[in-house]
Amino acid sequence: MNELEALLEASVRTATPLALAALGETVAERAGVVNIGLEGVILAGAFGALVGASTGTLGGVAGAILAGVATAAVFAAFAIGARADQIITGMAVTLLSVGVTGALYRSIYGASGAALTIPTVGPVPIPLLSQLPIVGRAAFAQPPFTYLAYLLVPAVWWWMYRTHGGLALRAVGEAPEAARAVGIRERRVRAGAVLFGGALGGVSGASLVLAQSGTFAEGMSAGRGFIAIAIVVLGRWHPVGVGIAALVFGLASALQFFFQTMGWRAPYQLFLLLPYLLTLVLLGMRRSRGAAPLALGQP
Amino acid sequence: MLALGVLLLSLVVLAGALHIGGYDAGRALVALWRGSLGSTNALLSATLVRAIPLLLAGLGIGLAFRAGIWNIGAEGQLLAGAAAATAFALLLDEMPSVLLIPGVLAAGAGAGMLWAGVAELLRRRRGVLEVISTIMLNFVALHLVGFLVHGPLQEPTGIYPQSSSIAQAARLPPLVGGTRLHAGFLIALMIAPLLWWWLRSTAAGFRLRAVGANPDAARMAGRIDVARVVGMAFLTSGALAGLAGAVEVSGVTFALYENLSPGYGYTAIVVALLGRLDPIMIVLSAILFGGLESGALAMQRDAGIPSVVVTAIEAVIVLALLVADRLAAARAMPNDPGDAGDGSRDMAPAVV
Repeated sequence: MNELEALLEASVRTATPLALAALGETVAERAGVVNIGLEGVILAGAFGALVGASTGTLGGVAGAILAGVATAAVFAAFAIGARADQIITGMAVTLLSVGVTGALYRSIYGASGAALTIPTVGPVPIPLLSQLPIVGRAAFAQPPFTYLAYLLVPAVWWWMYRTHGGLALRAVGEAPEAARAVGIRERRVRAGAVLFGGALGGVSGASLVLAQSGTFAEGMSAGRGFIAIAIVVLGRWHPVGVGIAALVFGLASALQFFFQTMGWRAPYQLFLLLPYLLTLVLLGMRRSRGAAPLALGQP
Repeated sequence: MLALGVLLLSLVVLAGALHIGGYDAGRALVALWRGSLGSTNALLSATLVRAIPLLLAGLGIGLAFRAGIWNIGAEGQLLAGAAAATAFALLLDEMPSVLLIPGVLAAGAGAGMLWAGVAELLRRRRGVLEVISTIMLNFVALHLVGFLVHGPLQEPTGIYPQSSSIAQAARLPPLVGGTRLHAGFLIALMIAPLLWWWLRSTAAGFRLRAVGANPDAARMAGRIDVARVVGMAFLTSGALAGLAGAVEVSGVTFALYENLSPGYGYTAIVVALLGRLDPIMIVLSAILFGGLESGALAMQRDAGIPSVVVTAIEAVIVLALLVADRLAAARAMPNDPGDAGDGSRDMAPAVV
C-alpha cells in the first residue's frame, strides 16, 4: 500500500464514525431539532459497546444503540417533551453523559480505569471492488461500519425525499404549524427523528470501540459529536452532502498520518487543529443559513 | 430560591446515586464538605481559587446569553487569553510589576476578545451559527496551546511540554498570606457589580437586555442597532473569558501548559445558568461550583469516588433549571400549556 492509498484509507476510516453520527443528526435537524447532546450520545454509545461486547460484537452494537437511544431520549424528553431550549439541553446531556460514563467506567472496571481490550472487527474486503486501483482498498476494505454508512446515505435520502414519512419530517422542520394543521403529530415526528439520531450516534460510538480502538477511554468521543453537527451544516442538511463533508473532514484529519509517514517534521499539534480550522474556513466560505430548515432550533 | 432548591435536589440525587452505586454516601458528603468549605484553608486555597476563572468566564457567558448569543467558546477564549498572557509575561519580563501585571491581563483579555471576534465575524458576515464556530474554536485553541508548549513557548531545556515560569513581577500578589488565594479574586469580585450596574442602569445595558428579550421588537420599536449590540456583547464576553485565562496564569499556574483548564469554560456555562445570568448571582454560583469541584477532588481522594460525577451533577442542575423555568412559564400563562414556543424568557432567548 503506497502513501496515497494509506491516506485515502485513513480518510475513510476517520470519516466513518463522523458520517454515521452526522447522518442521524441530519434527520433530527430536518425535523427542526439541533441535538448538541450528540457528543454525549456518541460517548454513551462507545460505553454501551464496551459493556455489550462481553456477549460478542453484535452484543456490542446492540449495547451501543441502546445507550445512544437512551441518551437521545433524555434530550427528547426535555427539549421536545418539556420544550426546553435545545442548545442548553444538549449541553446538559453531553455533560450528563461525560459524568455518567466516566463514573460507571471507573466503578465497573476499577478505580484506575485500567485499559480493557476487546477484540476489534477487522476490515472485510469486498471482492472485486477492493481490487480497484488507488481507491479500492481505501473504500472497500474497511470494517462493516463503513459499509453501513455507504448504505445509509442513499437510504436516508430515499426515505427523506421519496416517502410520506420523510415528507412529514421535512414539513415539521420547515413549518411545524402547517404540519400540525394537516394532522402531522409534530412532537412525535421530532422525537422519532431524535431517537433515530440517537441510534446512529450510538453506532458511531460502537465503531470507535469495536472497529478502531478496541477499548473505552473517558471522553473518547473527543468532540466528534460537535464535528458531526458542523458536518451537517457543511453538507447543507442533505444526506449526500453530509457524506461528502464527512469524507472531506476525514481527509483533513488523515493528513497528519500522511505527513508523518512522509517524514515531515512539522509539529503534529498543528495537524490536529487543521480539521477544525478547515471546518471554520469552509463554513465561512458561503452563506449556510439559507439551506437550514426554517424551524431549526425552535422549541 | 429556585436556584437553591435545584441545588439541594441535585445533592440529594448525588447521595442517592452514590448509595445505589455501592459507595458510602455519608462519607462522600463529609469529604465533599471538608474539601470545599470545611476549613479556612479549603475555602481560601481551593474553593475560592477555583471560583475565580469560573466567575470571570461565567460573567462573560451570562452577558452573551443575555444578548441572545450562544457563546459556548469560553474554554477556547480562556486558553487564548492564557497563551497570550504567558507570551506577554515572558517577552516583557523586564518591565516593572505595575506595568507588567496590567499588560498581562490586557493581553489575555485582548486575545479572548479576538478569539470571540472570529466567531462574531463568521456569524455576522456568513451567518455561521456561533454555537458551532465557538466549539470549533475551542478545539483550535486547545491544539494551539499544545503546539505552543511543544514549540515556540516551550521551556528552554525542551523536556517538559510547558512554558518557562513567568517572572515574579508578572504574578498577581497573594490576597491572604499562607494561602493560594490571589488578587485575581478581587478583580473578579469588582467586575461583577460593575456589570450588574451597567446592565441595570445604563442605556447600553438596557439596549442589550432589550435585544436579548426580543431582537425584532428592539429593532422595530426601539430603533436599536441589534447587530452592533450583539457584537459588542460577544466581544466583551470573549474578553472576560480571556481575562480568566490570564488571571489563572498570573495567579495560579505561573506557566502555560496543556491541561491548564480542567474545562473551566464549560463549567462556566452552568455557573452562568444557575446564576440566572445575573452578575451578582453568578458570583454566588461561581463560588458554589468552585466548592463543588474542589470538594469532588477531596471526595475522590478520601472516599474513592470518581470526581467526574460532579459533571453529572452539573448536568442535573441544568436540566432541573430548565424544567423549573418551563413550569414557571406555564403557571404565568395558564391558558397556554407551554405551547407558545418561546416561554423561557429570562433564561433562554430564542435561538438560531
